[in-house]
Amino acid sequence: MKSLADLKAIRDRMQQQMNLRDTEGDHIRVVVGMATCGIAAGARPVLTAFLEEIEKRELKNVAVTQTGCIGVCRLEPIVEVYVPGQEKVTYVKMTPDKVPTVVSEHLVNGRVVSDYTIGAAE
Amino acid sequence: MIRSHILVCTGTGCSSSDSPKIIAEFEEQLSLQGMENEAKVIKTGCFGLCALGPIVTVYPEGACYVHVTPDDVEEIVSEHIVKGRIVKRLLHRGEVDAAPAASLSDTNFYKHQRRIALRNCGVINPENIEEYIAVDGYSALGRILTEQVPPQKVINDIKASGLRGRGGAGFSTGMKWQFTHDAVSEDGIKYVCCNADEGDPGAFMDRSVLEGDPFSVIEAMTIAGYAVGSHQGYIYVRAEYPIAVQRLNHAIAQAKEYGLLGENIFESGFSFDLELRLGAGAFVCGEETALLTSIEGHRGEPRTRPPFPPNKGLGQRPTLLNNVETYANITWILNNGPEAFASVGTEKSKGTKVFALGGKITNTGLVEIPMGTTLRTVVEDIGGGVPGGKKFKAAQTGGPSGGCIPASLIDTPIDYESLGAIGSMMGSGGLIVMDEDNCMVDIAKFFLEFVVDESCGKCSPCRIGTKRLLELLTKITEGNGEPEDLDTIEELCNHIKASALCGLGQTAPNPVLSTLRHFREEYEAHVYEKRCPAGVCKALIQYIVDPSKCKGCTRCARGCPTGAISGAVRAPHIINQSKCIKCGACMDHCRFDAIYKQ
Repeated sequence: MKSLADLKAIRDRMQQQMNLRDTEGDHIRVVVGMATCGIAAGARPVLTAFLEEIEKRELKNVAVTQTGCIGVCRLEPIVEVYVPGQEKVTYVKMTPDKVPTVVSEHLVNGRVVSDYTIGAAE
Repeated sequence: MIRSHILVCTGTGCSSSDSPKIIAEFEEQLSLQGMENEAKVIKTGCFGLCALGPIVTVYPEGACYVHVTPDDVEEIVSEHIVKGRIVKRLLHRGEVDAAPAASLSDTNFYKHQRRIALRNCGVINPENIEEYIAVDGYSALGRILTEQVPPQKVINDIKASGLRGRGGAGFSTGMKWQFTHDAVSEDGIKYVCCNADEGDPGAFMDRSVLEGDPFSVIEAMTIAGYAVGSHQGYIYVRAEYPIAVQRLNHAIAQAKEYGLLGENIFESGFSFDLELRLGAGAFVCGEETALLTSIEGHRGEPRTRPPFPPNKGLGQRPTLLNNVETYANITWILNNGPEAFASVGTEKSKGTKVFALGGKITNTGLVEIPMGTTLRTVVEDIGGGVPGGKKFKAAQTGGPSGGCIPASLIDTPIDYESLGAIGSMMGSGGLIVMDEDNCMVDIAKFFLEFVVDESCGKCSPCRIGTKRLLELLTKITEGNGEPEDLDTIEELCNHIKASALCGLGQTAPNPVLSTLRHFREEYEAHVYEKRCPAGVCKALIQYIVDPSKCKGCTRCARGCPTGAISGAVRAPHIINQSKCIKCGACMDHCRFDAIYKQ
């Protein structure tokens, strides 16, 4: 440690990890349905894909969590994205291939990928 | 990517109720259930809710699990971590119905608190300097050293914040820094020391800070070294705090490894080194001159002041000595500005104070409140009141140097001046709550026994005076008190206060004086009526069987260790008072409430 820049480098790197513990911050929440129906439909690889993609892009303000059955099991795997101050967006029939698009379009650029949403599937 | 952090408290309280086992179990379960790359276990310091320990908080949901046992771990991992379902039965009861992401800060326990000194306790891993850096650690030191902020400017900031010594006496911290800065050392050597010899019965604030956030103290001492012109610091910590000692050693080594302690910090030319000195647990070593004498390797005895340590301290060199909690506030002040700190609290008492809540209170634990918060808020809202429907009688602050605040003064704001005005003191932060079952004479006697044990013996007012005082109190609790004893006690107290050598002796009569002032009728009941209203002093109580309620079941007679109870089956029993040792076993055994104390 020789300079403020060194200190800042450590701080930035660690803050990315520790943001997870900030429950009051304005995080985007990605919630993956992980009930039996979701897991059977392949929610686990979807969750893993999200984690990998978010790590690759070094996104700081995203928390990935799970939830139970939402009730539309036929459309699993379901992923809900909560951006603070906006209505939640529900993506259905997710696959690991669709994940990079959702991350880059929705999480990074704020554009909902309407092709994958529940509205498009209905 | 790690998507979940599992924070397990490893403070002394939670460690003693198996948190190390819980951590091991989490690690095993995470790897068994294939989650080791998605969730991470992190050791933290005290969350404050010691009564509910061991405490585990899982992020990002912020779910706070209480009373966790190693057996619960498998369920938390399989339900919460794997499936994302919060284990409701283990949640802190204050938030059972709350939304999963509800913040712990909304619970009654945290709502009234303001965490400045404890800002990182329970938030970061105290054994990882990088986590401390992530929460703005070392940015104050880095800024001061790289920008070459003049030491006087640093001292001015501390002065402007209005911070006062958190060890209890409440002397202005900025003034102390100024005196040490201004003092001339013949050979140029000055010292910065930290008083971590927390000795009051029931107090554990400093321990929790050292266990939960050791780097904040180390960084503050380094800044203090720069401000007063010192290159060597000592932390005097009691050997009875093994976890704090281990974390401090670990933290000092890590700070050195990162170049944040040692030679040429931030390439500024400023060097500062830090060492621990372990205290052997003598209460008097918390007194500043005795502490410095002990660091020098001598027997821990106080000496007369002046000269005060800022002029002649350790090895006759100018020495800055602050308490752990005082240091814990420093970097917050420098990062957020002295105005931000001064905006919290009252006119003369700025900032917050940490209290260790103990005694007859529901939420035993560690709390930090803005100065000026009333005792009622602390006891009833944060502390959750007195358990078992009993009535709040008094709160004791300041340990053996402090006094009691009676229920009638429960709306007293907690700050240095208000507590002093009613004969108590802020003290280092022990706050012991007492209910109607506590005898105030007995409480005064307890603290006096402590002082008699801990008196170093150097001056006679303390060595002999407190001993005589204890004998008088013992006489009263044994039912042999005479009316003139009360006057003798008062006179003796005032003499000790006026003539003892150090702060320990001068404040030793405080528990007696304050109970005498607020609970004189209780002393008088002991002396004139030979009666202990709270039913504590054994010599003054009798266990009696109420013949109208006694069914003659013989349970009490069988439970009596001295065979003092006699009576035929199905006939009321009688206690032979000459054999009775007043252990209360009969009362516990009776199923019909037929035995009472008077």
